[in-house]
Amino acid sequence: MQKGNVSAFDSPQVRLLLRMPLPRAYTDHLGRKLLRFLLTVQGLGAFALITLGVLLKKFRTARQVIRPLILHETSRAGLRLLPMFLFLSAALGLLVIGQTVSWLTRVGAINYLGTIMVIVVVRELGPLLTALLVLARIGTANVVELGTARALGEVEALEALGIDPVHYLVAPRVTGMAIAVFALPVSLILGALISGYLWAFIQDVPLRPGEYFRQLVGAFSGLDFALLAAKTCAFGFIIAVVTCYHGLAQPLRLEEVSYATVRAVAQSVIACVLIDALFIIIYLAV
Amino acid sequence: MDNPPAIPQVPAIQMRDVAVGAISDQSRLLVEEINWTVASGDYWAVAGLQGAGKSDLLLMTGGLMPPARGAYRLFGQEMPIFDEARLKERLRLGLVFDGGQLFNHLTVSENVALPLRYHRNLSRAEAEPEVSAILESLELAPWADSTPGALGRNWQKRVGLARALALKPEVVLVDNPLTGLDLRQINWWLGFLDRLSQGHRLLDERPATLVVTTPDLRPWKGHARQFAMLGNRRLAVLDTWTQVEAASLELE
Repeated sequence: MQKGNVSAFDSPQVRLLLRMPLPRAYTDHLGRKLLRFLLTVQGLGAFALITLGVLLKKFRTARQVIRPLILHETSRAGLRLLPMFLFLSAALGLLVIGQTVSWLTRVGAINYLGTIMVIVVVRELGPLLTALLVLARIGTANVVELGTARALGEVEALEALGIDPVHYLVAPRVTGMAIAVFALPVSLILGALISGYLWAFIQDVPLRPGEYFRQLVGAFSGLDFALLAAKTCAFGFIIAVVTCYHGLAQPLRLEEVSYATVRAVAQSVIACVLIDALFIIIYLAV
Repeated sequence: MDNPPAIPQVPAIQMRDVAVGAISDQSRLLVEEINWTVASGDYWAVAGLQGAGKSDLLLMTGGLMPPARGAYRLFGQEMPIFDEARLKERLRLGLVFDGGQLFNHLTVSENVALPLRYHRNLSRAEAEPEVSAILESLELAPWADSTPGALGRNWQKRVGLARALALKPEVVLVDNPLTGLDLRQINWWLGFLDRLSQGHRLLDERPATLVVTTPDLRPWKGHARQFAMLGNRRLAVLDTWTQVEAASLELE
C-alpha cells in the first residue's frame, strides 16, 4: 500500500522508540541515544529527499497557488529581516575591526585588514550568523506553525482535499528560505565590510579607502563566491527541512509543539555547524 | 428492437472484510469485519456511541489511512489513493471533518478557494465567481473575509462543508454534522443535505451519495434513507424501522 508523503514518517515503531524513557544503564542509555540519533538522521534524510523530489516533480503544479507562497516566504525570511541585518552588519564590522586593528597595528600587519575581513566575515561569520538569525526568527516560527497545523488536523484536511502537504506547506518554505539565506549574507557582508572601514577610520588607522578596497579584492577569489553561494543555499535548505520535518513529519499534540521547536533548533544549529566544517575542509583542500 | 444490456453500476463504496484502526494508532483496531456497500445516490446515517470508531471509519473511507485489513474500493478503485495519476478518482469523494479542520491562516473564502485554485491552477480572481456562488449557497457570504478563529463552531462546520463541495464530489462524507448545533442549525443541515442528496445546483444537479455519522439516529429519520449502527466493533446495517428504533434506544 502506498503512503502519503507526510504519513510515510508516521510509524508506530519509530514513535515508540523516540518516546521511550531512557534506561538507567549507561551502555543502554548510550545505545538508545545512538539509535535515536540514527532514526532522526534517517528521518531527516528521507524528508529532505522527499522534499527535493516534490520540488522537482511538482515544479509546474498549482503554480498560481505555490508561487505567491514562495514570494511570501522569501519576503518573510529575507526582506523583512533586512533592517535587523543592517544593524548586525554595523555591529559585526565594529567587532572584527575593533578587536583586530589594535593588534595588527602593534605587529605592523595592517595590510592584512582586508584579508582578515574576507576570511572572517565573508567565509565564516556572514553565512553562519545569517543562518542562525533566520533559524531564530523564521525557523522556529515554521515549527510552531506546522506543528500547530498538524495538531489541529489541518494536514489531514489537506490530504482529504488531494493536496500534498509537502508541496503546499514545505516546498514554499524550503525555496523561500534557501533564496533568503542566499541573499541576506550579501547585505550583511557588504554592510560589515563598509562599517569595518568606518570603524578603522574612526580609530585613525592609516589606511586609505582605495588600499582597503585593493586588499579586499586581492583576498577574494572566485572560489569564495562559489562556496559562499553553495554554503548559504545549503544552510537555508537545511534549516527549512529540519524545522519543517519537526513540525510536520511527526504527529504532534499541541503540548508537544514547544518540544519539537527546541529539538528543531538544536538539530538545525548542529547541522549548520557541520556543513560549515565541511566547507572549511573544502576551502583548505582546494 | 432489443434493449441494450444493462451495465452493472459500480458501487460508490465497497468494503469487504475491512478492519478499521484508530487514526492515532492504526494498530489499535476499532471496527472489524465490515462488509458494506454504498450505491451511488444512497444516503446513509451511521450511528454509534462516542469511541465506537465512527470518525475513524469515516477518515478511512475518506482515504486518509488504509484499512487495517480487507479491501476497500471507491468506484471500483482500491483506496487509499495517494499517487498523482489516480488523483481524479480520489477527488470524487469529499470529506467534511467534525470540527471543520479549517486552515486557520486563511480566510473563509480562501479556505473554500484553495482546493479549486490548487487543482485547477487558478488565480484568486479566476476562482472568485465559483467561490462566491458556494458561499452564497451556504449562507456564508457575510463571513467571506473572516478567519476561522472568528467564527463559531457551527459556522466552521459549514465552511468545512463548503470547502468539501468546491470540487463537486460525487460522494460526500460528513462527520457528526449535527453535534453541538442549535435547532435552527440542525434544520439547516438536514435541509441542505437533503437537497444535496436530491441534486443541488452546486453539484450540477447530480444527486450526491451521502454518508453521515451521528451519535443519535432520531434527527435523521425522514432524511437519511439507509441506516447502520457501529457497536461491539462491528458495523450492522439496519434494514427495518424496528431495528432503527431499537438502535436509537440503544444509543440513549
